[in-house]
Amino acid sequence: MTETLLVKIALVILFLPLIGFIVNLLFGKRFKWLYRFENSILIIDFLLAAILAYFKLTNFTNQTIISEFQWINLGNLPVIKTFTVELGILMDNVTVLLILAVTIVSMVVHIFSVGYMEGDKRFNRYFSYLGIFTFSMLGIVLTHNLLMMYVFWELVGLSSYLLIGFWYEKKSASDAAKKAFLVNRIGDIGMFLGILTLYLTYHTFTFEKIFYQVSIGHLPFGSEFGLTLAGLLLLCGAIGKSAQFPLHVWLPDAMEGPTPVSALIHAATMVAAGVYFLIRIFPLLSGDALLVIASIGAISAFIPATIAVTQNDIKKVLAYSTISQLGYMVMAVGVGAYTFAFFHLITHAFFKAGLFLGSGSVIKAMHHEQDMRNMGGLRKKMPLTYVTFIIFSLALSGIPLTSGFLSKDGILAGTFAFGSLTGNWWFAASGFLVAFLTAFYMFRAVILTFHSKPRDKEKYEHAKESSFVMAMPLVVLSALSLFFWYSLNPFNPEEGKLLSTWVKPPEISVPQNARYDFMKTNTEKMSTYKIEEEITYSPEYTEAIHHAHLPTLITSSSLALLGILFAFLFYQWKLLDPDRLAEKIKPVYLLSFNKWYFDEIYYSTFVAGTIGLSRLIALFDNKIVDGMVNGSAFITRNFSAFTGKFDNIVVDGFVNMTAYFSGLFGLFFRRFQNGKVQSYIMFAVFSIIILLYIFK
Amino acid sequence: MIHISLYHYLIVSSILFCLGIFGIITRKNAIMVLMGIELILNSANINFVAFAKYGNLGNSGQLAALFVIILAAAEAAIAMAIVLNIYKTFTNINVDEIDTLKD
Repeated sequence: MTETLLVKIALVILFLPLIGFIVNLLFGKRFKWLYRFENSILIIDFLLAAILAYFKLTNFTNQTIISEFQWINLGNLPVIKTFTVELGILMDNVTVLLILAVTIVSMVVHIFSVGYMEGDKRFNRYFSYLGIFTFSMLGIVLTHNLLMMYVFWELVGLSSYLLIGFWYEKKSASDAAKKAFLVNRIGDIGMFLGILTLYLTYHTFTFEKIFYQVSIGHLPFGSEFGLTLAGLLLLCGAIGKSAQFPLHVWLPDAMEGPTPVSALIHAATMVAAGVYFLIRIFPLLSGDALLVIASIGAISAFIPATIAVTQNDIKKVLAYSTISQLGYMVMAVGVGAYTFAFFHLITHAFFKAGLFLGSGSVIKAMHHEQDMRNMGGLRKKMPLTYVTFIIFSLALSGIPLTSGFLSKDGILAGTFAFGSLTGNWWFAASGFLVAFLTAFYMFRAVILTFHSKPRDKEKYEHAKESSFVMAMPLVVLSALSLFFWYSLNPFNPEEGKLLSTWVKPPEISVPQNARYDFMKTNTEKMSTYKIEEEITYSPEYTEAIHHAHLPTLITSSSLALLGILFAFLFYQWKLLDPDRLAEKIKPVYLLSFNKWYFDEIYYSTFVAGTIGLSRLIALFDNKIVDGMVNGSAFITRNFSAFTGKFDNIVVDGFVNMTAYFSGLFGLFFRRFQNGKVQSYIMFAVFSIIILLYIFK
Repeated sequence: MIHISLYHYLIVSSILFCLGIFGIITRKNAIMVLMGIELILNSANINFVAFAKYGNLGNSGQLAALFVIILAAAEAAIAMAIVLNIYKTFTNINVDEIDTLKD
């Protein structure tokens, strides 16, 4: 297994879904069986990804494989100097692990979709869209430069748009697709500006080269502020794509798409691209930028968690939970818990995809009923879905023995350590609160859906366990939501290979004085710690996380259990009445139920502002621009009327006068030509006499 | 006895010329116009002959006069033919009424 072979495998993995996309798009209408082709491609992709990950992680553990070629070289240009664009792929352990995760989730979603989308009239079109999505997502993961990142970034945006609006006959679906696209665009503008900022400074798009330039002290605009600015601009892209506050409003609406799409794109992979992007550019994020990132993550973790508590649509609950969990990851990046952010990205991909597929299974069984108030009692009808759903919910709530516990615990430990090192406990507080809320709303959903008595008898009678193609993915994903894949010790993620050997924090390129205090690597501080290997990261922070581990473990799991207990108190045993509580704290309830009025606020400010602005511009167009045009037309008309008069009177008068005089002359001289020979002769004679007289 | 000099000839020729012109201009009959032309030609002949006698032209003046006489004969023939045709076309030979030249 050589490096070139790995690169070739990676390229095959990347381009296979594209072939699936093209084939299904062109011939899908004619050959109904082509979706099998797409599915086989994904299975092959998964197998190749497994091979790739295995060899990369065993044979090239500490190596970063880069394969690049020069795409464009315009030589030395004026103004922008050298313009060269290199395309290529970068493979480190993060990349191959994420490729594996993406292909697994994509594969199970493909298989699940065969059951879920059964009988849809655009069946193969759906699979071709899944193909282009998988291709673009793998592109994001594999790219080694910002330009390709941006291209694939837009491509996942496109496929997300196509799939949210897949049932475009529904107005709400096409509206949601447009909303997602436009909201993402706002973030992408920031990201593009960030890329341009970096390009203007470094004349390259390649990550490694940019990091190197930063590490030797070459900063955008020559200051640390420039670096922070670049980081924040790039963060805008991540905020848009990962549906972070304040651009999170598109994700709940995106649930209009088919449920497997929500699982693949809007829970497991695409929305995680923002977090992945932050992980990729982590070395150039300065301390200030990281603090902003952490704050945004904390807000995005908290607000949607409070909203999810009161939602009745099962998919909306999951959507808000997704935003909340992504907020966790972003917060983890922000507080410097790089490895745990990535770890949670992976584990979350599996259990959240599982939750969505589980809800898809329920929705399919209930004949596209999504309101939890009409469900209930499905435990008996759909035992397999129920069991797997419970596993996913436990993982999401962070109960020990699940993967979610390991990663969430890591993130909370990271925020806790951050608090102990900087005195900023805000993030940790938000994290623990969200952990409680998550457990509560998740088990509220479980109880409303699967426990208690069926509320819609008719639909309940018809509900039955899903077919094999839909059940199998749930089993696979629930297996992946257990702890032993990641760490054999269910209480300490760092004992697993994933965190102990494979995923390591990168070398920070940011200048010392722009970092967090605890990330500064001065030799004095170093000597107090045991230096085992080469130091690439803050040993202070690592140690703080170790210390924070036990308290967070106890606090977070007890909070999660408390959340579950409350859910049972409210909805299962009915010891507490949720409606009465809602009455009591009505403003809070309404705030949560109406999603903190974000849509309304955005509608009355940005949307109404845009409409108002366009009205103003239309008015400007109508009055000023049209006025100018009309005015100039008026002036031209009058001027031409004037010149017309001048033409008619002066110029024509002159011409007419000439003609008149010519006529007059003619009138005079025609008398001499009377046709009589005799008079001619007479004139001739007289003329001769006169001439003789003159020239005598 | 009055000595007849070149001037006398020239005066006669001038009178003849003027009569010819007068005839051409005033007569309405085309034949009369032609006769006026003959008069002019003859006045020119007198000139030729007179200059032949008093000038140094020698006999070439006489010859020119002879040529003119022959020419006048030819011209008269052609002119009469024209007049005949005019008459055929307009049924008269009144010069005043024949003014199609102006068209």
